[in-house]
Amino acid sequence: MGEHIVSSFDDELKQIDRLIRDMAERASAMVSSATRSLLGSDAALAQRVISDDALMDASQRELDERAITLIAKRQPMAQDLRAVVAAIRMAADLERIGDLAKNIAKRVGAVGEAGAPRGLSHSIDAMAQMVIAQIEAVIEYYVARNAEALVELRADDEKIDIQYTAVFRELLTYMMEDPRNITPCTHLLFCAKNLERIGDHVTNIAENAYYVVTGAQLPLNRPKLDETGMTVSAGES
Amino acid sequence: MNKDTVMEPNAMQLPSERIVERSDLYSIKSSTVRTPDETPLPTRVKAREVSVFYGAKQALFDVSIDVPERAVTAFIGPSGCGKSTFLRCLNRMNDTIEGCRVTGRIELDGADVYDPQLDVVELRARVGMVFQKPNPFPKSIFENVAYGPRIHGLARNKTELEEIVVGSLKKASLFEEVKDRLHEPGTGLSGGQQQRLCIARAIAVSPEVILMDEPCSALDPIATAKIEELIDELRANYTIVIVTHSMQQAARVSQRTAFFHLGILVEEGPTETIFTGPREKRTQDYITGRFG
Repeated sequence: MGEHIVSSFDDELKQIDRLIRDMAERASAMVSSATRSLLGSDAALAQRVISDDALMDASQRELDERAITLIAKRQPMAQDLRAVVAAIRMAADLERIGDLAKNIAKRVGAVGEAGAPRGLSHSIDAMAQMVIAQIEAVIEYYVARNAEALVELRADDEKIDIQYTAVFRELLTYMMEDPRNITPCTHLLFCAKNLERIGDHVTNIAENAYYVVTGAQLPLNRPKLDETGMTVSAGES
Repeated sequence: MNKDTVMEPNAMQLPSERIVERSDLYSIKSSTVRTPDETPLPTRVKAREVSVFYGAKQALFDVSIDVPERAVTAFIGPSGCGKSTFLRCLNRMNDTIEGCRVTGRIELDGADVYDPQLDVVELRARVGMVFQKPNPFPKSIFENVAYGPRIHGLARNKTELEEIVVGSLKKASLFEEVKDRLHEPGTGLSGGQQQRLCIARAIAVSPEVILMDEPCSALDPIATAKIEELIDELRANYTIVIVTHSMQQAARVSQRTAFFHLGILVEEGPTETIFTGPREKRTQDYITGRFG
């Protein structure tokens, strides 16, 4: 892409891009730390996630301000306009990811000293790794302007949904086995749900990134595979 | 109304050309990137392979475009790209320029604009024009608007003429501001009012098409907003073509946008497509301010 005649316009766009990358980096680090703190009962690490969320909120505000100022000053067109509008939306999704990570970290005390049962810990950790990989990949493809990879990445969210269903079933089994597991398992269930929601935000980011790159919107009907609704009714019958 | 049928003179020529017409291609030579409207409006002005030469210098290369009726079409592009030249072809204003030669075909409602039999004065009544600088006649406000209808014999008596003048001033959103001083000189009005007076003058002869060559470039933002509001109102009854250097203005007032560069029509399509997702790189570079 060529440079603008007005070079400070390029600088302003680059700053917005930089903020998106920083926010994404922080988001994936927060998800990673939050999950580790919960599974390993690490209160100090959890605290760091909670304080990081404030930085995330501040970054989003800064990005919004820069984007709005840029629109007012430059009246961007075409791919520039798409990039600025999508940056505002992507920052909102990244900020939400931060919130969800903070919510996971806040549950550290509630799960208890013993932490999560080992088998379960493994499945949730696997789910977290999938989510983190998605966050990192979506920004990588956005920066590389790789539309095809973004489409694939969006479809890959289905794998997270499947993993969530598996974790959900596993947690139900633990709770049925021993009622004393109910409290920690409920918190872990929220953790898994949050990870699943983070996956959805990554999907939104992929859609916005795709729009920036191509100027076209992806079709609405992405396959959805959250079977927990069915699992519950099967358990009740 | 102009429709592509087998009765069209062009269609009676070479078989290959007929195929081109039928499949709705604009030209074999055309490299223009086109995005059609989802529900296209009927065409009022049709240009095919229009080239313009100033002496030996070619200013416009094989421009083909359909201008829809009851819509605003904006021509954008850097200075010297040929957009004003092309605009002036539509009502044969180029005839007045020494050494200017126009080839190709331009139709207004299916009739050849360059037909030697055609009365140019009558054509320019049907295709009105508003210029960059407001240019009222050195006459009263009333006379500025009455002049056209009078020479074209559009009014049978004084009452009818007054009706036309008042109606045109109202359509140009100027009447309320000038109703108490209709017999004062038009040149005494503010720039924005003068421009609306020129629009009223153009409307007075009941044109079908109104060409506007940078109508707001000499006006302040408020006067510009009034003209833009007026353009939006006029769109219901007229076909409007506007040349503008303000990309934001093109985005605001037009339904279709055509981008010219170095005498070539590079891309044309719905305005929202041109400004949010243009397909041609040159268009993208120009509207995002990346043009060297």
